[in-house]
Amino acid sequence: MKNEGEAAKRPDNTAFTQQRLPAWQPILSAGIVIPSFLLIGLAFIGIGIGLFLTSQTIQVWEMDYTGVEKDSPCFRCTILSNQNCTCEVIFSLSTLFTGPVFFYYGLSNYYQNFRKYGVSKDYYQLAGDTGYFKNPEAYCSPYAYDSKKNPIVPCGAIANSIFNDTFELYQIINGTKKQVPLDGKGISWWTDYNIKYRNPSPVNGSFAKSFDGTVKPINWPKPAYELDLTDPNNNGFLNQDFLVWMRRAALPQFRKLYRRITDGDYAAGLPAGNYSLKVHYNYPVLSFDGRKKVVFSNVSWMGGKNDFLGIAYLVVGSLCVIMSVVMLVVYAKFKFSDDDEAR
Amino acid sequence: GLCKKLNSIYCGGDEKRVDSRTIYVGHRPCPDTEAFIPSKFCDNRIVSSKYTVWNFLPKNLFEQFRRIANFYFLIIFLVQVIVDTPTSPVTSGLPLFFVITVTAIKQGYEDWLRHKADNEVNKYPVTVLEDGRSVKKESEKIKVGDVVEVVEDETFPCDLILLQSSREDGTCFVTTASLDGESNHKTHYTVPDTEKDLQALPATIECEQPQPDLYKFVGRMHIYKPEQEPAVRSLGPENLLLKGATLKNTKKISGVTVYTGMETKMALNYQGKSQKRSAVEKSINAFLLVYLCILISKAVVCTTLKYVWQSKEGQDEPWYNQKNQKEKDTNMYLKMFTDFLSFMVLFNFIIPVSMYVTVEMQKFLGSFFITWDKDFFDPEIQEGALVNTSDLNEELGQVEYVFTDKTGTLTQNNMEFIECCIDGFQYKHRDTRSELDGFTVTDGPVNKLQQKAGQEKEELFLRALCLCHTVQVKEAGSEEVLTDQVDGIDGMQPQPEEERGFIASSPDEIALVRGAMEYGFTFLGLESKSMKIKNRENNIEEYKLLHVLNFDPVRRRMSVIVQTKSGETLLFCKGADSSIFPRVKPEEVDRIRMHVERNATEGYRTLCVAYKQLSAEEYAVADTGLREARLALQDREQKLMAMYNQVETGMSLIGATAVEDRLQEEAAETMEALQGAGMKVWVLTGDKMETAKSTCYACRLFQRGTELLELTVRTLEDGRLKREEKLLELLRDYHRRAVQDAPPVKAGVTRSWSTANQDYGFIIDGATLSLVMNPSREADASQYRSLFLQICQNCTAVLCCRMAPLQKAQIVKMVKNSKGSPITLSIGDGANDVSMILEAHVGIGIKGKEGRQAVRNSDYNLCFILPQFLYQFFCGYSQQPLYDAAYLTMYNICFTSMPILAYSLLEQHISMEILLDNAALYREIANNAMLRWRPFLYWTVLGIFQGLLFFFGVRFLFSNPALQDNGQVFGNWSYGTIVFTVLVFTVTLKLALDTRHWTWINHFVIWGSLAFYVFFSFFWGGIIWPFLKQQRLYFVFANMLSSVSAWLVIIILILLSLLPEILLVVLRKPRGPHSRQVYLFLPFPF
Repeated sequence: MKNEGEAAKRPDNTAFTQQRLPAWQPILSAGIVIPSFLLIGLAFIGIGIGLFLTSQTIQVWEMDYTGVEKDSPCFRCTILSNQNCTCEVIFSLSTLFTGPVFFYYGLSNYYQNFRKYGVSKDYYQLAGDTGYFKNPEAYCSPYAYDSKKNPIVPCGAIANSIFNDTFELYQIINGTKKQVPLDGKGISWWTDYNIKYRNPSPVNGSFAKSFDGTVKPINWPKPAYELDLTDPNNNGFLNQDFLVWMRRAALPQFRKLYRRITDGDYAAGLPAGNYSLKVHYNYPVLSFDGRKKVVFSNVSWMGGKNDFLGIAYLVVGSLCVIMSVVMLVVYAKFKFSDDDEAR
Repeated sequence: GLCKKLNSIYCGGDEKRVDSRTIYVGHRPCPDTEAFIPSKFCDNRIVSSKYTVWNFLPKNLFEQFRRIANFYFLIIFLVQVIVDTPTSPVTSGLPLFFVITVTAIKQGYEDWLRHKADNEVNKYPVTVLEDGRSVKKESEKIKVGDVVEVVEDETFPCDLILLQSSREDGTCFVTTASLDGESNHKTHYTVPDTEKDLQALPATIECEQPQPDLYKFVGRMHIYKPEQEPAVRSLGPENLLLKGATLKNTKKISGVTVYTGMETKMALNYQGKSQKRSAVEKSINAFLLVYLCILISKAVVCTTLKYVWQSKEGQDEPWYNQKNQKEKDTNMYLKMFTDFLSFMVLFNFIIPVSMYVTVEMQKFLGSFFITWDKDFFDPEIQEGALVNTSDLNEELGQVEYVFTDKTGTLTQNNMEFIECCIDGFQYKHRDTRSELDGFTVTDGPVNKLQQKAGQEKEELFLRALCLCHTVQVKEAGSEEVLTDQVDGIDGMQPQPEEERGFIASSPDEIALVRGAMEYGFTFLGLESKSMKIKNRENNIEEYKLLHVLNFDPVRRRMSVIVQTKSGETLLFCKGADSSIFPRVKPEEVDRIRMHVERNATEGYRTLCVAYKQLSAEEYAVADTGLREARLALQDREQKLMAMYNQVETGMSLIGATAVEDRLQEEAAETMEALQGAGMKVWVLTGDKMETAKSTCYACRLFQRGTELLELTVRTLEDGRLKREEKLLELLRDYHRRAVQDAPPVKAGVTRSWSTANQDYGFIIDGATLSLVMNPSREADASQYRSLFLQICQNCTAVLCCRMAPLQKAQIVKMVKNSKGSPITLSIGDGANDVSMILEAHVGIGIKGKEGRQAVRNSDYNLCFILPQFLYQFFCGYSQQPLYDAAYLTMYNICFTSMPILAYSLLEQHISMEILLDNAALYREIANNAMLRWRPFLYWTVLGIFQGLLFFFGVRFLFSNPALQDNGQVFGNWSYGTIVFTVLVFTVTLKLALDTRHWTWINHFVIWGSLAFYVFFSFFWGGIIWPFLKQQRLYFVFANMLSSVSAWLVIIILILLSLLPEILLVVLRKPRGPHSRQVYLFLPFPF
């Protein structure tokens, strides 16, 4: 219990232990703050003007086709007994709708962000793992098994409630309808289509066989392997409409990409004129007071039309400029009084 | 509690009930006693560690879950396991696990250190005399009754009764620095007449049961001699060597063990210390409670709204989201309850799980900085600062009251003989100082002033100085020891050949003996009860030492009874004037009183010296009385006291001495700084008022402008009124002056220090204090006390003189428990300060670093969770989480904890130099400034503002979710990720804005955290994780970054949410170039 010698007990004399690490001590002096506020403000105003103008150039045409009013074209389809109902919406464009035109469908008061709804899917099924076809994830309940206890693939509420209205767009030229080609490719996330979702491997060369022993979701008219019989790359879980639907919307009022108009005569956009939109009306929304709409829009570098961002930038930018001016005034005043008092 | 339990396990319960224990020296049965029953005592193991390998896990977990926050998270975790909740148990389980693990590691490490220390003590080899042989044993194997040998500089392994010493006079010296902080050498005595063969000493010791008072011990030793009545020797504290004390200046001692292990006084004293809980944790708990209320109200609001919303047609169960049978069957109220729990779980992160850990880590690591600080290193004793508990670091920044001892703390306790006064004539020793004195010319040594006092008186006085003490002469030949002993021996000055080393328990005594030496009387030493003095004529005088009436703080005097060669019996007594004056003839007092008072005013310690000649009969009475009292087992103290008082009467005063106790280096500067820092400094001393007052002036506690309010025995003397009436009158008067008439003091900023205000100093003495505390009518007590307290609180400095140690503690306790429960700090060095140190919040304290910023991340969590709350309004109150589980889990422990920890450890918002120069800066943080409700409210409001901003900013952006130039739309996880990104950047950058002191570590953790967040998000979204059931975040982050709009919204939201903070920083900053140095800016907004 004797002293252990001096060196052991003397604290290390390093910058760290003595809390004397070299340090940068930023001082936000008026000379820095006022110009930087001004610069930020001006930059924001610049961005804001750019955003606002861009947003203004984006064309949007949208239309509610739910058919609540009696005189609306799709009213008759809202009667439940009316199966395979189609209705036609006529509209006209006064100017060229610059392409590429994006065709969205929109739903409101529709809660894709319900928690229970959101978890009601089986990722392993959707990744093509047939091992899970027979034993769907418990969260899929009550959409895991049909009444005969057959497993449903793809299971769960999201898949079951896929939006199944379909649209055909015609340009009416001199009374004749010319179909506008709608491009269903590239409407879902690249990673969803290429990596995240996988189809099960075909059994004996037959894609359908891999679904043996399972049943289609209750609301679906046809099983997953028949979603698009024309294009095997758009079939099954890799069906783009399916993928778009599976990416849940953030808010109860949302829109999802339906098609792009990029081909043929309409690559440059939709010319002015009359159009007819033929709606295969299947999707009931009135039971929960929902609404359906179609939206045509083109996009810019900032995405779809959204005035909010431009306005926000303009407001904040102006705020910064105003504050820099106020600060300048205050600074000038106080600087002089400081000099007088020499505190 | 635990230690007591241990005791009863080790020691057997029945033994405890007996009032005394009997110890058989060397375990030898003694004749004449009842059958030798070796009673069971506990072994000599010291257990200061809390855990063993086996009980660490359960015990540590139990203790950790007693903490509110941990328990809360455990509950949340369990709810998540049991109920179907929106987030998986991992989200709260992982942070909890992390927190528990980190804390357990810290506590385990600390306990391991304790184990190591215990082992070092318990395995220390000691020499035990067993059957005539010296046996080396491990310390823990010592049993009660063993005879143990200890050599110089070793610590005693247990409490021993000193039987034999290598010193001829049967004494030994110890320092008890590690026990009570007193580093003086104390003299202990062997039991008389036992210095023969220890191997065969047939004796028993009867002593009291273990008790923690270090200065009390009562026992009796029976020595059995063949064919004789057993001899009985009394044992007192002077015979007891305490475990933990160190043997000094004595080659070897032997002693018999009386108390071992956990029953030693040292162990008993440590047990008494309760864990001090820091005020920070208390206020954190209070804030947590607020957040808990917010949390619960959020959950209630959501649950209610959910059911209101569901009652609307079609909302509850739309066709696309139907319930399964189980959900349909569940009872409505049960559903409500589970919904409530789910909301709780969803929002539970509002209470930051990592906060306690951050706070704890900050304290733990912060204490290293105190240990490492080389400014605390004392090269003389080779010790740096020692942090005994890291729990209280931040209290150092909150001290409001400083209680300091005078002697040894304010002053050096390094005494120098200045002057003396013999029979009313003054003798000044140091010729360097010449000062005019009303009575005498004051230069030159004594012999030139012989005409002033009779030579006889003079020599009597000097003899008294030489005899009346307990000083030991340093043995020749141990010079090397001399150099490393600092306190007891006056080794400060270079020592000429003839100069002697003295050892004494108090430096005053050395100073007096040295003083006598200067005047020609040299104390040569004490050899077998005879004291030798070399007088002026270089003749050796010998006196037989008959009795020493030891000094004690109550009597405040000591005496010796000696016999001269000629057979005269003399009693010499020295002590404080107040204790001597009543015991001498009044006419003598008058001659000396003036000197004493003048010396006291100059700040010297004064002692009066008196003597008395005892006739043979008188001595016989005194002798038997003293002996009897010493042997008493019951009430020995009182009996001795009575006897002392009886002997020390009717003396005649010979003179007085003045000893200077110099101020500690920079004592005055320190006191000024403390006052400047807004702390109230109270000096609690046993010294007399004049001395203490002058010390206070010397160290600038009282200044010229200070108006002194005196409440002492002197001011209470009033012919008209009774003491208590006068006391009340004075209290009322002072109260009016100091409290009512004083301009109202705003808390915090302008605490009475500004020069405009009148400063008040308050003086009270022990006698008056006891009158205040315990008035004759019980009813007045509270009134007196509150008046007294209010006066004290309005005074800048308070001097309490003539305090008994217990009174010191009483005062500390009173202040501590007063309104607002201020943080108190006690500094002291002596035994008389121990109780007051234990009473105060902070024991010896040094300088504080503001470290409580860690709490700030509580508001992080508000803006973290608020968007999640708001999201419920948009998702049908379905408890849909906004953020991914990984983000929920990582937010506190990974993305935000490191910067705040680095900040709280390294931030120096004002440089050290400025801090040292401007003590007033302390006021800025005092009173828990950083943790008060206003800043807390500010943080909360800011958090709400930011939360609203984050959520609605992104909400408006998502009014059109097509955010990419390919027209594709973003989903709900993109929404959450954008909000979360804004959040992480905002809180980190906000901290960056507050950081004034950017070391490379700050840069590293702040930018590192952000980089880590980005890296983690890419990584987490870049891989299909096989163990996850849902790949929610797959490429969400990368996709988000490919959208220009997302970038733009992130940038603008970060800027907008930081704007209030930036504005505050800018508006608060120093404005002119000159003002930068002195501008006292507030480091934090409120």
